[in-house]
Amino acid sequence: MSDQTSAYVALSAVLFSIGAVGVLVRRNAIVVFMCVELMLNACNLALVAFARQHGNLEGQVAAFFVMVVAAAEVVVGLAILMTIFRTRRSASVDDASLLKL
Amino acid sequence: MIHLSEAPIPVVAPGSADGAFALLWLVIALPLAGAAVLLLLGRRADAWGHLLGTATAVGSFVVSLVLFVSLLGRDEGERQVAQHLWQWISVGRLDVGLDLLYDPLSALFLLLITGVGSLIHVYSIGYMSHDPRRRRFFAYLNLFVAAMLVLVLAENYLVLFLGWEGVGLASYLLIGFWQHKHSAAAAAKKAFVINRVGDIGLSLGIALMFVTFGSTSFTVISALASGASQATLTTLGVLLLLGACGKSAQVPLQAWLLDAMEGPTPVSALIHAATMVTAGVYLVCRSNFVFERAPDAQTVVVVVATVTLLWGAAIGCAKDDIKKALAGSTMSQIGYMMLGAGLGVAGYAFAIFHLITHGFFKANMFLGAGSVMHGTDDDVDMRHYGALRGAMPVTFLTFAMGYLAIIGFPGFSGFWSKDKIIETALADSWVVGLCALLGAGVTGFYMTRLMLMTFLGEQRWRPGVHPHESPRVMTGPLVALAALSVLGGVLLAGDWIVDWLAPVVGTAPEEHPPIPALAVTAIAVLVVAAGVALAWRLVGQRPIPDVAPTQVSALTRAARADLYGDAINEALVIGPGRRLVRGVVVADDRAVDGVLTGGPGLVGGIGLLLRRVQNGYVRSYAASVLGGSVVVLVALLVVNLA
Repeated sequence: MSDQTSAYVALSAVLFSIGAVGVLVRRNAIVVFMCVELMLNACNLALVAFARQHGNLEGQVAAFFVMVVAAAEVVVGLAILMTIFRTRRSASVDDASLLKL
Repeated sequence: MIHLSEAPIPVVAPGSADGAFALLWLVIALPLAGAAVLLLLGRRADAWGHLLGTATAVGSFVVSLVLFVSLLGRDEGERQVAQHLWQWISVGRLDVGLDLLYDPLSALFLLLITGVGSLIHVYSIGYMSHDPRRRRFFAYLNLFVAAMLVLVLAENYLVLFLGWEGVGLASYLLIGFWQHKHSAAAAAKKAFVINRVGDIGLSLGIALMFVTFGSTSFTVISALASGASQATLTTLGVLLLLGACGKSAQVPLQAWLLDAMEGPTPVSALIHAATMVTAGVYLVCRSNFVFERAPDAQTVVVVVATVTLLWGAAIGCAKDDIKKALAGSTMSQIGYMMLGAGLGVAGYAFAIFHLITHGFFKANMFLGAGSVMHGTDDDVDMRHYGALRGAMPVTFLTFAMGYLAIIGFPGFSGFWSKDKIIETALADSWVVGLCALLGAGVTGFYMTRLMLMTFLGEQRWRPGVHPHESPRVMTGPLVALAALSVLGGVLLAGDWIVDWLAPVVGTAPEEHPPIPALAVTAIAVLVVAAGVALAWRLVGQRPIPDVAPTQVSALTRAARADLYGDAINEALVIGPGRRLVRGVVVADDRAVDGVLTGGPGLVGGIGLLLRRVQNGYVRSYAASVLGGSVVVLVALLVVNLA
């Protein structure tokens, strides 16, 4: 692995960790969403970095897939968030905790 | 103390039932059909049910009479007839036919059961005339008679057992006939349960016969019994005795008899005179081929009988309830019969003789007591009677005949039969003979007390009670039974009954008793006279308090409480039984259920713990996903590096 690639991968790991911690500690659903996006994009960064190192396109194709899925997820997720907010007047994920025994 | 007889023990070897004997089945079928018709037709038979019930009993008596006359006409060696009705059970080696045996012994029982039974049926027409369930009562009476007839006509122990259980069922139905009374229902249950205890003995005995002889037929067993081991025969004898104790209310299974007085009075007469309690004596006499070869079992019979005859006499002395006093006396008299039967070949015939005379006079007195109750608004307390002889002359006179017979007044039937048993007992053992003598004296005491309190002395009638004589339909049977009580002794004329029964129970070797028979008779009469005189002094010459005095001796208190028979049962059987059941319930709840419910309980508990994980917080789910991923990653790293 070249130094350049390892710098990208390190950055990707840092971003992923920030995203993961954000998902775990933040209550606001919007922020959680943003953190999820951050994690996805951290993955994309790693994929693209490896693709470049290997000199082929497979990693980049995978990154495109991730973007498509992330876009779809945002559409569905935001719609759910809107509905929850309308019924509960709250965007906190902890307030939506009824699905349990 | 009891010796094996030198004379051969008779073997049951019946001929085929031809001629008049082909009617044998009819004796049972008549009352059985009566019971079936009355029970199945229900209320439609209400109007004439009692007449049909009586007619079947009388019909059965007529057939018995015809059979008896036919049997009289035969030679002594040919007086055993068997009728095969149908194959009952046929499994492997087990082969049981529904066979009937008619011999001198069953002939006498047939006459007693159907004869006295018929009189009791006639009497019940009057006694139960106001009862709305009279038809049902007659159906049960018919069933009782039919079951008892099966019992005495059986040719093998299994058919005998069929009748035995039938008698138990019918007695249960009749004792609890007034089932709306709690006491009657409880008494019926008690009689039924205690009888089951005896039945265990009989059924075990039958099982032992199957194992030992491969059959339960009297014919087979009487032929093979000599080949069986002493231990087997003794065990068999004791088991049969246990059965006999249950049915015949012998100590220790006596407690049901006094409670059985809850039934209508004709039932008491039927149970105490013609059926039920005589079954045990019949069983012992019928099984003479077992008992004759098992002297130890005979000794047990004698001991049980002696204890019972004193036990019953003691109870009879203390009771104020006229029916219970008579019940105590029955227990005592059955003790005499058992004693006769236990004395072996010398006593069987006298046991049966006493059974027959007792059947006459006890039925007479029970029906007389029923007549007294009928006239005094169903009061049973003798302290409320007194001077009834003027109001009920027929009842008084007939009862007096029964009284003279039971105490053994010279010339009356009971005198001949009881005297013979005492004589035989004295010849056998001093102790037993003296106990029997003492019992005779006590009999004189309590029966005189009963007579004095009921018919003589001063009027102690409750206000509003106007004693009156019973209708003819009730006094008729009383007169007939009184005549039989007086004349029953003729059966002994020329030792007829002894010779008659010889083909069944054997002939006693000629013996020279230590005391001449006349002396024994004189002593017995003196002892009875002493008892009567004592009663006259203690009861006849003093005013009778309205309430039983409480300042009495310990013996009187014990006798009033049936000599603590119930308390003994409670302490020895019921209490431990209850504790055992409770222990079993606890063991079942804790141990068995614990194993069964423990597994599911454990799983449920773990589930309860695990469900806490499902808290609904998205962030905690996310944390577990992350944690899981980290664990997988670390695991992969460790594996790859290793």
